[in-house]
Amino acid sequence: MHIQLSGIDYTILLVYFSFVIGIGWVLKRYMKGSSDFFLSGRSIPAWVTGLAFLSANLGAQEVIGMGASGAKYGIMTSHFYWVGAIPAMVFLAIFMMPFYYGSKARSVPEYLKMRFDEKTRGLNAISFAVMTVFSSGISMHALAKLLELLMGWDYNMCILLSAFIVLVYIFLGGLTSAIYNEVLQFFMIVLGFSPLVILALKNAGGWTALKAKLIPVATAQVIPGTVDSHYAAGTWTQSWAHMGSYNANPMGADWMTMVFGLGFVLSFGYWCTDFLVVQRAMAANSMSAARRTPLIAAVPKMLFPALVILPGMIAIALHFSQPEAGYFIPVDRDVIVKSIAAKQLAFTDTEHLTPDQTTALNNAKQDVSKLLKDPKAHPEIAAQAAQLEVDLRGDRKNLDYNLVIPSLLGHFLPVGLLGIGFTALMASFMSGMAGNVTAFNTVWTYDIYQSYLAPKKSDNHYLWMGRMATICGIVISIGCAYLASRFNNIMDMLQLVFGFVNAPLFATFLLGMFWRRTTGHGAFIGLLSGTLGAAIFHGLAYTNGAEVGIKGAWIAKQFLFNSEMGQNFTMAIVAWVSCFAVTIIVSLATTRTKTDKELTGLVYSLTPKPKKENEPWYQQPVTLGVIILAITLVLNIIFW
Amino acid sequence: MNFDLRLPIGILFSLYGLLLTGYGALTNGDKEIYKRSLDININLIWGVVMLAFGAFMLLLAIRSRKAQAQVPPAAKSKVPTTTGV
Repeated sequence: MHIQLSGIDYTILLVYFSFVIGIGWVLKRYMKGSSDFFLSGRSIPAWVTGLAFLSANLGAQEVIGMGASGAKYGIMTSHFYWVGAIPAMVFLAIFMMPFYYGSKARSVPEYLKMRFDEKTRGLNAISFAVMTVFSSGISMHALAKLLELLMGWDYNMCILLSAFIVLVYIFLGGLTSAIYNEVLQFFMIVLGFSPLVILALKNAGGWTALKAKLIPVATAQVIPGTVDSHYAAGTWTQSWAHMGSYNANPMGADWMTMVFGLGFVLSFGYWCTDFLVVQRAMAANSMSAARRTPLIAAVPKMLFPALVILPGMIAIALHFSQPEAGYFIPVDRDVIVKSIAAKQLAFTDTEHLTPDQTTALNNAKQDVSKLLKDPKAHPEIAAQAAQLEVDLRGDRKNLDYNLVIPSLLGHFLPVGLLGIGFTALMASFMSGMAGNVTAFNTVWTYDIYQSYLAPKKSDNHYLWMGRMATICGIVISIGCAYLASRFNNIMDMLQLVFGFVNAPLFATFLLGMFWRRTTGHGAFIGLLSGTLGAAIFHGLAYTNGAEVGIKGAWIAKQFLFNSEMGQNFTMAIVAWVSCFAVTIIVSLATTRTKTDKELTGLVYSLTPKPKKENEPWYQQPVTLGVIILAITLVLNIIFW
Repeated sequence: MNFDLRLPIGILFSLYGLLLTGYGALTNGDKEIYKRSLDININLIWGVVMLAFGAFMLLLAIRSRKAQAQVPPAAKSKVPTTTGV
């Protein structure tokens, strides 16, 4: 698959880049002190922080990953939104934001320091800082790999270019710059992807026809672990009807695992405690604006499945049920390369190879992928690859689901609009990176540098440090991107470890905010136990056919799951429960170090309820929250 | 902060709208280009949509700028700069 851009598309891309850098340039003169740089001087109106809150999460993983899941699991993917994100965002707005914003903490780790103690903050700050630079590196790597594959652009150039643009606008305008560009990106995504969805849906014959076309997609698939049972007809178009047992749906999760694992543990953990998103709300210009931030974000968020999941569903329907449309999900490049290499070496069974044969195969694969980079110079091998693309697409295991969204863009958008769609995709990658970088420079400067390395310096010094941290953060991210391109396993491993660290966090915050008896020791040991619990569970769980180690079962093959997703949801529950239980036990066994007075503004029962500011009903957080939950419920019922 | 984000958003999308509308008008009837988009001149249609969105944002930005200019400086910070949701 190859996307060809024309002059007008490049113009659109260039205009966007100049705007992004221009905004940073204009904002430079507003950056007078560290709080302007890290917190936007707490002066941003709610609609801007709200859209940035949404957009900061709308990075590569979201757009590409949700499209991929839409194709793989169908409408069930919307649980990430309608069970996960939306309730969590409403909870954050109504219950947690008063503590974050009201305590005047400058970061999530700083809140932990105020509520618990130094070691809990240190644990959270350091793990978070490491995680953000790695995530931004992974995002950069994913972008460069995608551009190399789709456009034939040079990998190194893509990395340097995207890093340079992000560096310039954050260096100049700090968090404000990142937030403003996130809002710009939000509109780019909405306006760039809507015509794509409209055209694709029209091609599939509308929603009713799409539903009919997804029936064979479901019934053709054999349930893992069975001989010839197939999924029920509506599995791809009904979000709840097939959640009765983990065997009945491709996600491999039943409703309990889904609601608790994905909804309660993972989504609440992410949306309510991840500084990357919470930082946007902290930049709001008043308590009321901070509380409205996640609610404003929730409104477009609940409609986003139509923009990011629906295209995936259409893609798989066109692929299997409407070949005359001429759209196919691309076959995984690695599968094609492997199969050409195996043919060259005359290997028929690539599953059982001797170590020598494996080395030979890997070398041959490297040669083949080098040749494929320049198809014009090697027409034979290119023709072979094109033929394999057709031969292998019948088996869904061979498909590269991450290419669903980009390939739809290339298939449906004509020159001109293609530039808009493509720019939107690039913008989402870069803002994902930028979000990580701004969160990193704040946590590094306030929670690590100012707290442990150089306290009591002038404010100008910390502003300078923030800019240096931005440069260093991006340089380390570039390093991580190259690490990811050389050793894919290291990145998988790191993401796995991040999962262990993140899963229990929400238990700590919940107990910290709603139970005054929770102590610093309790929180710290609880967090460690949660992480340990996750790691041990991971060592015992496995899915059929997955390699032992990175995918689980490195202790023993104890618990079998149908899909990696079901395995992850259950792991999150284990982590959460261990953290919750251990925190309570240790808290009861240790004495409190903080008095009720010190905890005022940090714990629910000790904080005066926020007094009603004179705002119209449509600006009151509770009213808004109830309306949003009601609409979400209706959406769940419509697509039951 | 005295910087209205609606202004750059308005400018950017008006510009994109003009570009796409112009390009769509120039290439109207070109079968080759619009084969992909099911023979619909989506550039022209979506160009107009983007232009309308950009113009609307510009309108809001200019209106709030006028409203701020009419208020004495001391009360300026009290003027709502948001448009609600």
